[in-house]
Amino acid sequence: MDDKKRNEAYNKYVKAKLPKTRPWPSLFNSFLVGGIICCLGQGINDLILLWFPNMAEQTAWAYTLIVLIFIASFLTGIGVYDKIGKFAGGGSIVPITGFSNSITSPAIEFKHEGIIYGICVKMFTIAGPVIVVGIVSSILVGIVYLFI
Amino acid sequence: MYYLWVFLIGGFICMLGQVLIIYTNITSARILVTFVLIGVLLEAFGIFDPISSFARAGINVPIIGFGASLAKGAIGAVRAKGLLGAFTGGLEATAGGIAAAVIFAFIFALIFKSKTKN
Repeated sequence: MDDKKRNEAYNKYVKAKLPKTRPWPSLFNSFLVGGIICCLGQGINDLILLWFPNMAEQTAWAYTLIVLIFIASFLTGIGVYDKIGKFAGGGSIVPITGFSNSITSPAIEFKHEGIIYGICVKMFTIAGPVIVVGIVSSILVGIVYLFI
Repeated sequence: MYYLWVFLIGGFICMLGQVLIIYTNITSARILVTFVLIGVLLEAFGIFDPISSFARAGINVPIIGFGASLAKGAIGAVRAKGLLGAFTGGLEATAGGIAAAVIFAFIFALIFKSKTKN
């Protein structure tokens, strides 16, 4: 009985202390930053097609994503992407730049544990599940398409 | 003018991620997994390309596009090579992005020090 009361009080305390994200501003910020990152991607894609007019659309997109991944990885390295993330929330996680950030960030964070067990192992702490789920589901889709 | 669509749709998708964060306290790994799955499903049901034709970067830059190319690669390779394609197609289509993310992360991790610890 006493334990229950204490737990309730504790939960209340935690809830009061947790940083509150006010819904509306954070929704607006994520919309804004997400939209800007996508426009940046479109701009890069347009520039690539302008310089190499004969390039296939699929190839141009692949280069676009690589450029975005490079930018995000670099910004993570110099500590800027975290600041964008604090402001944008989902706006910085959902684009492919967030995927890049999720690989670079732990790689830098755990550098002190060594190249193999620090950088190489930790870079997949977030990206690992993403790649696993992606591979598994795409194989399933492929097998389904085999029969239709 | 299509930049308006790119901005609106890209922004909307990212805002959906923020909605998930606010109402479920979901972690970023779960968000990325969720959106990759959405992308795979959109492509599997043939809904991705019609949206992509006017949303362009608005749906290709969010990780949904990554999921869609996984599925698109697998479907295309199944048609070309049969069962083996289901195993090779997805990674083939997304290898550029994954390899880029790994090599840049590796290089920048060697160069830069952690900023959050200070």
